[in-house]
Formats: sequence, structure tokens, C-alpha cells
Amino acid sequence: MDIVPEITRQSITNLVKNDKREDGRELNEYRDISIETNVISKAEGSARVKLGGTQVIVGIKPQLGSPFPDTPDLGVLMTNCEMLPMADPNFEPGPPSDDSIELARVVDRGIRESELVELDKLCVEEGKHVWMLFIDLHIIDNCGNLFDACELAVMAALKSTKLPVAEIVDEEVVLSEDETFDLPINNELALCTFVKIGDKMVLDPTLDEERVASARLNVGVTKDGRICSMQKGGSKPFTKDEILGAVNIAISKTKELIEYL
Amino acid sequence: MIYVENKDLVIPGQVLSDDEYYSGRGTFKENGKVCSSLMGLVSLRNKKIRVIPLKSKYVPKKGDVVIGKINDVRFSMWDVDINSPYSGILPAFEVFGREKKELNKVYDVGDVLFLRVVDVDEIKKAKLGLKGRGMGKFKGGIIVDIAPTKVPRLIGKKGSMINMIKDKTKCKIVVGQNGLVWVKGDEDMEQLTKDVIHLIEAEAHTSGLTNKIKNKLYLAIDGELPPEEVPEENEEEEEFVLEKPKLQNFKEELEQEEREAQEKEAEEIKKEKEDKPNIAEVIEEFKRKNKKDTTLSYGDNSNNSFILNNKQ
Amino acid sequence: MMSEMIRQDGRKFDELRPIKIEAGVLERADGSAYLEVGGNKILVAVYGPRESYIRRLLEPNTGVIRVRYNMAPFSVDDRKRPGPDRRSSEISKITADALRPALMLENYPRSMIDIYIEVIEAEGGTRCAGITAASVALVDAGVPMKDIVVGCAAGKVNDEVVLDLSEYEDKEGQADVPIAMMPRTGEITLLQSDGNLTEEEFAKAIDLAMEGCRQVSELQKEALMKKYATE
Repeated sequence: MDIVPEITRQSITNLVKNDKREDGRELNEYRDISIETNVISKAEGSARVKLGGTQVIVGIKPQLGSPFPDTPDLGVLMTNCEMLPMADPNFEPGPPSDDSIELARVVDRGIRESELVELDKLCVEEGKHVWMLFIDLHIIDNCGNLFDACELAVMAALKSTKLPVAEIVDEEVVLSEDETFDLPINNELALCTFVKIGDKMVLDPTLDEERVASARLNVGVTKDGRICSMQKGGSKPFTKDEILGAVNIAISKTKELIEYL
Repeated sequence: MIYVENKDLVIPGQVLSDDEYYSGRGTFKENGKVCSSLMGLVSLRNKKIRVIPLKSKYVPKKGDVVIGKINDVRFSMWDVDINSPYSGILPAFEVFGREKKELNKVYDVGDVLFLRVVDVDEIKKAKLGLKGRGMGKFKGGIIVDIAPTKVPRLIGKKGSMINMIKDKTKCKIVVGQNGLVWVKGDEDMEQLTKDVIHLIEAEAHTSGLTNKIKNKLYLAIDGELPPEEVPEENEEEEEFVLEKPKLQNFKEELEQEEREAQEKEAEEIKKEKEDKPNIAEVIEEFKRKNKKDTTLSYGDNSNNSFILNNKQ
Repeated sequence: MMSEMIRQDGRKFDELRPIKIEAGVLERADGSAYLEVGGNKILVAVYGPRESYIRRLLEPNTGVIRVRYNMAPFSVDDRKRPGPDRRSSEISKITADALRPALMLENYPRSMIDIYIEVIEAEGGTRCAGITAASVALVDAGVPMKDIVVGCAAGKVNDEVVLDLSEYEDKEGQADVPIAMMPRTGEITLLQSDGNLTEEEFAKAIDLAMEGCRQVSELQKEALMKKYATE
């Protein structure tokens, strides 16, 4: 891992202390966001998100499979993330790193716990055939805050997903050639990521801010203001007030983020 | 027979001339033709063709001055990252001669230093030293990272560009030939200088850049353009061929800066925030304007048409 | 005459699919390129020359390259399991072999250049597209080269030799001959062939593929010039 120059640490810390940032943003301001959907014709749902210089692509591929025994009438979500070595000189090729698994799981948790995908409508035949949605996160350029970029991309990709209509004919699943239906979604969600620098909380950190930060907090909030997922990362603690403050900001910022979808 | 003109943009494999020309840096000779090996600008002098790359990694050369970061402290040397495919080493004896000291008490991991390349061995490993005043550890300030090939442009003819920036922003600036630049001054001025350096990097091969940068700085700091001067005719002339930079003398400057810093610190403690210069507001204003000013939005990728869209 | 034949997607026998190339599309990478040809979408990043800790891969008197060709799970009709497989390992190797003859890395001994080819979406001919894009990314990274390597394939479909097979033609066709070359000298740096061809058909395929390479080469140059030319 790259060592952060001591003077960079100092200058970022000093800036934040004075409520400033290296790119001129406010502490609670996002970088420019752009979202494009249906970018992969071979995927049933897809999106590309740019958050400042950070870029991620998400593709969604459905497959018919057997349900879990304890939820025989529900579809299945599987989220997987590849931090491609293309995205960052410090990312290594090979099986997913711990960071990559954490990223996938945090992004997944928001979607899953908000229950915004109506999994019961992904059941083709109870106990036998359900749709499994493979959500693949492809990180292509890492300029900081992959979490929020990925959650936006997943949300946008889910909203663009169309599945073939499936019917049971003579105990076999038959997929319609041309008939599709929109993935049933009943809510929207965004993730807001803060890092702690000095004793301030900074939203949407850049790479350097991430590297000098002492701790990280992800807050997943739905459109209607429900907190659905949280994760604390990094080596230092937060105070309760810091966490409550971040949650409060996340709830208002989520509305802003969802506008982009 | 020559197929290109001075300052033409060429790409690898492009045939530049027939046999009567000499093949200089950035070119190679094959079957009696001189060809480019890089993407860059043609430089023609006498009968020698060179191609000056737009981008290239820094390869250490003896005598260069560089900015490096301590990556590791070992038994009798420091490992130094010099923004290059080749790391440098700073041997302990270059710093304390024969004296024995604990290395990490002097320079520790993460420290940033101004160094000279003392020697380069056959596998390009650079031996670094601190001979020459002004060399050593930087205290405070920020590091700006640019393409090493753009360093001469940042310095300008006889230091015209860098001196103008220093004068206007009142920042100390030290440029390493490896593309790292150290800037220290008022917090907002540091950020402004960083933005301006990146603008120079992005527009290094355009003409009239010094004036453009000057206008930006005046507008940002004074809120108005600089007083009319008799336009310097030779501005257009100004090199954009990227040559080995002529280095400036940083030593006195750095020493003075040290002194000043100490005095200032003492002063500042007295003053505290009492009369915070309204410069901060000006910069804020500048930055706000800046967002819409496309000529300054070099870091912004939004006009990059990299579109994955299928519908067209 | 075969030139009268119309292909499944309406192209003439010697017609390329539409191509779009863009240089310098990523922030972090030292060099990058994006390429679309037909339904293919390829992204390439180059890092280096840089230090490598894998000592055994390095050479004392020159720089070395390492290529990783990878397909996104969502790039194909049936989701592909992430990670390398035998096919992608082979393509990575022959891509490195195809690019190496053009590279001039004597000034970068004991250094490593990493080339990451990501197939975002695949529609036949990804290896050639990957090579074409990788060369542009290498130039963008400032890596010295003798030439800009370019890839293109020809093949046999319905007993006719045709240029640049689509996915459909590749599946239904009788042969596929991907090549890569250095356009200035016409030297061939990659050659594969699978399927059945007579000697005459093979010669025709090579000619056609080389002509295709020359056309793509012009687009590579355009993309680079567009990125860097001022005014």
C-alpha cells in the first residue's frame, strides 16, 4: 500500500479543520455525479456511474435456480464485486480481497434490508424455480468513495432491469422470447459514506481523504428516510454524536442522490 | 527528405525523415528512415530530429534534483520513492557522514525530501544525497504531482512562469525534475497554486500560456485582470519544446522560508484569527466561478465522451 | 463474385463493423483506451513502466510486460464466473506476444508494464479488439514503441472469405483467422487460425485481415491525435 506523505496528511487535516477540502468542496458536498443506464446490451440490467473521477459499471444477469429451503417462494440476490487491477495501481489481480468483499456486502445489505426488490415476484414455481439475480460490480477507476458510487450504480441498474416472462408448461420452465417485465422495485436507496479526519466528518471522500482518515461510516437510507444499513470501518472510533450527526446528514443527502436515478 | 515540421505532433512508428537526418532521443532508425518511438512533439535542430514525449515516466539521471518520499527506513539507508519506475536510496553516510544516529529519528516513513541524484547504477537505482543548501525535509505545504515532461513548462523560460506564480501567490515553490512540486504558503493560495499548476500541465503545449495563467491568478486574487502591459511579442515564441529544465536556486529561498515560518508562527499565535485575510472569500468566489469555467475544468472528465451507451 | 454476397448483418465481405476508439478515458491508469467494435466494448488500462516485486519476472536489460485479459461476468449472454480461465489465460499470453515486438523497453531495465484488458461486453473478435485498444493505451501511457500494433480477423462463412467476423458468424462460420500486425512494416505479431481453410483461402484471409488492420490503424491514430491535438 502506498504511504501517504506526512505533509499531505497535515495539509488535508488542516483544510478539513477549517471546513475546507483539497478540491474546494464543502464537507457535506458530493462530487459531480453522472449515471447512465442500459450500457451493456447483453446484461438484463446495467449502469455506469461516475462520481468525480471514480467510475464503476454494474451488470445484472438473472438465472433460474432453486430457492433456499427456508424461503421457497422468494427470488435470490447475489452481489459480487471485482476491484479490477485496472482501477488502481494498488489493486492486485486475483480472488476478491477483503476490501472488495466488504464493499459488495455493504452495498448488498442496503438493497436486501430495504426490501426494495420484491423477491416474491421473482418466484416462478414455489420451491422449485426462482429468479436469481447476479449483481456484478466492476470497479474501473478508483478515485475514492467506491461505496456510494456502487450503491448508486446498483440502484440504477436494478431500475433498468428487465426479465423474460417465465411460465411453467408441462412442469418445465419456458421463457418468453420477446415478452419481458420490469424488475419489481418498490423503493429507492442511497448510501452516504463519511470519513473522519481530525474531529470532523467528511462526506464523499477523495482517495487522499480516505487515506488520511481515521475511520469510515457508511449509512444506507431509503427514499422515505429509513436507515437500512450501516457499517463502520477504519481503525479509530467514533463518538455517538459523530454517528448521529452523520445519520442526520445522510437522510437529507439521500434525497439529493436519489434525484440522479 | 523530411516528412514533418518542427513542433508537429507525431505518434510511435511514424516515419519522420530519410537517411540524411540524425536520429535523436525519442526516435529510432530503421531501413534508412528515422521514425518516432513516442507520442510527442518534433524538435528539429540542424540535422537532428528528436521527439519530446507528451508523457513519460521519470528515469533518474545523475545530477537531477528530485522530490522523494521516504518509504522505508533500513539499517544504514532510507528507501525513497522518487515517482519513477526506479526507487532511490539515501545512504545514511550521505546525511551524517561517519556519525552513528538512529535513522528514523532524522527522517521517518512518509517524510518528503528535496534531494539530489548523486549517482545512478546500471540497473537505474538512484543513489541520493542532500549536498547543496536547501536540500532536506520539507515542513508543511502540499505536494502537487505533474507529468515529469511538463516540468520545463512549469518553470518557463528563465523561470518566467514559476517566478510569476510565486510573486503573485506569495507561495514558496520547489520543482523536482521527477514531476513532484512542493508548494507552501497561505492555505488558500496553496490550493490556488495547485490548480494553476495542473492547468499548466494540461495546456503545456499551447502558446501564450504565461499570460493566460497570469490573468487567471490576477482574476482570482485581485478580482481583476493585470494592468495593461506592452504585450511581449516574444511570448508566442516561448518554448513549448520541453527541454531539460534550467533549475533555479532554491537554497536561499528555503532558508529564508524557514526563518520566516518561525517568526510567522510566533506572530500568528498572537494574532490568532483576529484579521483573517478576506483572501479566503476571494478564492471561494473564484472556485465557485471556476466550476462553470470550462477552460479551467481540466480535472473534470465530464466532456470526455467515453460513452458506453449502445443507443446511438 | 463473392463481393456481391451480403452477410447476416448486411455487411460486404470486406467491410468492418463500426468502430469507435477513445484514448485516455481513466484517471488513475498511466494510459488507457476504450474501444467499441460491433457489439464489443473493451476497456484497457496500462500501468508502468513501474517497479515490480515479482523479481523472477523481471529482466536485467529490458522492461517486461504482463497482460491480463478478463471478461466481465455480464459481458456475455450466460453470466461468466469471475476470474481467469484457460481461454483468458491463453489470450493474455498471445496478446503479450503480439505487443512485445513493437515495444522498446531497453531504457527501462527491471521494470514492468501491466496491461489490463477488460471485456465489458463481448460480441466476437475480443482478442483483436483488445490488442488494438491495448496499443492505444500504451501510447497514451508514453511507452516507447516502434509501431502501434493493430489486430483484426478474417474468416470463412458460407464458403466465402470475409473480414471481421461477428459473434454470429464466428459461431456459424467455418474458420476464423485473427491476426495482429505492425502496420508500418506489415510484420505479423499474432496469428491464430481455427477451422478449415484451403491454402488459397488462407492466403486470401491473411490479405483481407491485413487490409482490415490498416483501416483500424487509421482509427487508432485518429483517436490519439484527437486526445492530444490542441485547437
